[in-house]
Amino acid sequence: MTDAFAMTRKQRRLTMIGTAGAVLAVALGLVLFALNDQIVFFQSPTDITEKQIPQGQRIRLGGLVEDGSLERFDDARVKFRVTDTANTIAVTYTGILPDLFREGQGVVTEGVIGADGVFVADNVLAKHDENYIPKEVADALKEQGHWQGGEQ
Amino acid sequence: MIVELGHFALVLAFVLSLILSVVPVWGALKEDEKMMSVASPVTVSMFFLVLISFAALTVAYLNSDFSVENVWQNSHSAKPLIYKITGVWGNHEGSLLLWVLILVFFGALVAIFGGNLPAPLRSATLGVQGWVSAGFLLFLLATSNPFNRIPNPPIEGNDLNPILQDIGLAIHPPLLYVGYVGFSITFSFAVAALLLGRIDAAWARWVRPWTLLAWAFLTLGISMGSYWAYYELGWGGWWFWDPVENASFMPWLAGTALLHSAIVMEKREALKIWTVLLAIFTFSLSLLGTFLVRSGVLTSVHAFATDPARGTFILVLLCIFIGGSLSLYAWRAPLLKQGGLFAPISREGSLVLNNLFLTAACAAVLVGTLYPLALEALTGEKISVGAPFFNLTFGPLMIPLLMAVPFGPVLAWKRGDLLAATQRLYAAFGVAILLVLFTFWLWGMERVLAPLGVGLSVWVMVGAIVEIVTRVKLFEVGLVRGFSRLKGLPGSAWGTAIAHFGIGVTALGIVTATAFQDEKVLTMAPGDTVSVSGYEITFDGIAPRQGPNYREDVGHFVIRQDGIVIAELDPSKRLYTARQMPTTEAGIHTIGFSQIYLSLGEPRDGASIDVRVYFKPLITLIWIGSLIMAVGAVFSIADRRLRVGAPKPAARRQAIPDATPAE
Repeated sequence: MTDAFAMTRKQRRLTMIGTAGAVLAVALGLVLFALNDQIVFFQSPTDITEKQIPQGQRIRLGGLVEDGSLERFDDARVKFRVTDTANTIAVTYTGILPDLFREGQGVVTEGVIGADGVFVADNVLAKHDENYIPKEVADALKEQGHWQGGEQ
Repeated sequence: MIVELGHFALVLAFVLSLILSVVPVWGALKEDEKMMSVASPVTVSMFFLVLISFAALTVAYLNSDFSVENVWQNSHSAKPLIYKITGVWGNHEGSLLLWVLILVFFGALVAIFGGNLPAPLRSATLGVQGWVSAGFLLFLLATSNPFNRIPNPPIEGNDLNPILQDIGLAIHPPLLYVGYVGFSITFSFAVAALLLGRIDAAWARWVRPWTLLAWAFLTLGISMGSYWAYYELGWGGWWFWDPVENASFMPWLAGTALLHSAIVMEKREALKIWTVLLAIFTFSLSLLGTFLVRSGVLTSVHAFATDPARGTFILVLLCIFIGGSLSLYAWRAPLLKQGGLFAPISREGSLVLNNLFLTAACAAVLVGTLYPLALEALTGEKISVGAPFFNLTFGPLMIPLLMAVPFGPVLAWKRGDLLAATQRLYAAFGVAILLVLFTFWLWGMERVLAPLGVGLSVWVMVGAIVEIVTRVKLFEVGLVRGFSRLKGLPGSAWGTAIAHFGIGVTALGIVTATAFQDEKVLTMAPGDTVSVSGYEITFDGIAPRQGPNYREDVGHFVIRQDGIVIAELDPSKRLYTARQMPTTEAGIHTIGFSQIYLSLGEPRDGASIDVRVYFKPLITLIWIGSLIMAVGAVFSIADRRLRVGAPKPAARRQAIPDATPAE
């Protein structure tokens, strides 16, 4: 072990700066890696229909729960469809739906698209207020509205 | 009438805050005793005015005065009394009033207990606190007035969001705000010291108790919020890396760094420039949190009904306070003289390392929180940065920090001996290794990281005990003398050890509850039994029940271990009638430090129902650890040296009898 006190002032300072630099570099590396790898993009049903999203890539799917689409199965599994009025995606989920999950209401689900094109959600996001439509969903619907408006 | 009185008191408080913003600061710069003497009485009067205002709003809630818009929107005459009171801060306007009340309360505390501060520093600090108060009082009055009346009062109110109708609302926001806002005092101290150009070890000694106080409350506030979310939302999670949680967690990380760097500054006059910057950053992060929560840029349970004007107003406040303080810092900080030297391996060095990792972790959380907002503003692309991001960035930064924690306190100041420190920690290392092996034996080899996590947590816990044992030389001087020496240890030594022990306890809870949790999701019919971690849980059936302002379906479950009934749980699904809003009430049974957690889904046709059952081993340690940390902070605050040790000329100390200064 080197005797730290025998170091010159310059050496001490360099050690400090070196350590600080190393820690910050590691932190920066982690952040960049995670930003590249661990973030999840929000997609509307139209995005999924139009874009080619690689199988197995995690995405957030948001829209309205289509009226009359909710089916419940015995193993606490549910199926429903998410729509942005132009396109619709089928979703399966095993677990307990949030309190405010309702047909005709906004929803955000997170998961991957399966081989059969069915979205396998492992997370259905609960919202805490009955008046609340997720912002992403509201924007996506607005986008659809404009698009339809353009068509007509 | 009372409502108008409250409104008037608030306006008066604003006017006083303007006086406070100018006169004492000017006096401090000119060393004018008369002008400086304005600070304390004005600060205390402001506190009483805001208190009157807060009381007036509370009375309006108690009387269910629906002619007040705020009461009408957030209350209901059938609401239980406790929620009428806590409902005062269950909305944007009321909670901001509480925010301001705590802000002026801290000012009043400094005015009353700051007797040992030099007069210029005290009046300038109160003056800066006046700037912050003026900004937020104006925000309150201009955009978020809780006292607005409605011309034709409705007969019934809209009720409070049912999720907030819980004892948690009485505990979590006040604790959190005391923490959040408490850092305003360290900010004001930092800005005042920069204005006066005098920053030394004594400054750090004055600031540290305030930092400790704010930190203790923030710790409790965050942890109680976590427990509340855990039992109220019915998702079984205790931390979601939700942007709003991060908003409170970032000041905590920066504040923890500040606590540690202030020690170096106090003991060794080093790290001055950095400590002052951290004091500014910590409160800036509190302000950023306030902006994120109240501006509507985020959506979460905490995001109140939004109004673009509010967001803009806070953003302007944010820019003024952060930009202003940082400019002042850039201008004045170069004047600060460099302090004591130290070797990289020393107590100071370890505290620098602590600061490095905490600020790096805080920066990572900041990036993860703001990146989605920035990306959407710039490209329109919508992303979510969730738990995977934070686990990958925050987690790895905490591991070396936790490994280093036990080393810090056993290293000497200036120049430490790593070898000797390591030898002292052999015992802690040995216990940690034993626990790792034990965990492997218990759970098999399939999980590698979790047993190591257990070892790391135990290392921190035992390290804290070793620290105390080393301090008193328990084994060298014999047990009897050792124990008598324990009593003589300064409060801050106890505080450090206790808080570090608490960190270890929390870490242990996090590791075990995450890695060894047993979860089952299934549909159960009456008579069905499910088994988690050796406990058999039998579903008996559902029965409806009527509450004061809700209806509920209550499921009845019996928990058995080896065929013997150990508990019965009644989780329920509630429907709050005024808002037609459903909530889930989880059923929780605590066994030792572990918990069985039951929550219900939608009832099916017939009598069956979806059920989520968890066994969460040692999960309560997460919150118990935070309580221990807060106790540690209390020990540190109680340290005599922090209270009376402020250097003061001997003659003056005698001339001024104790607490209240005579100037």
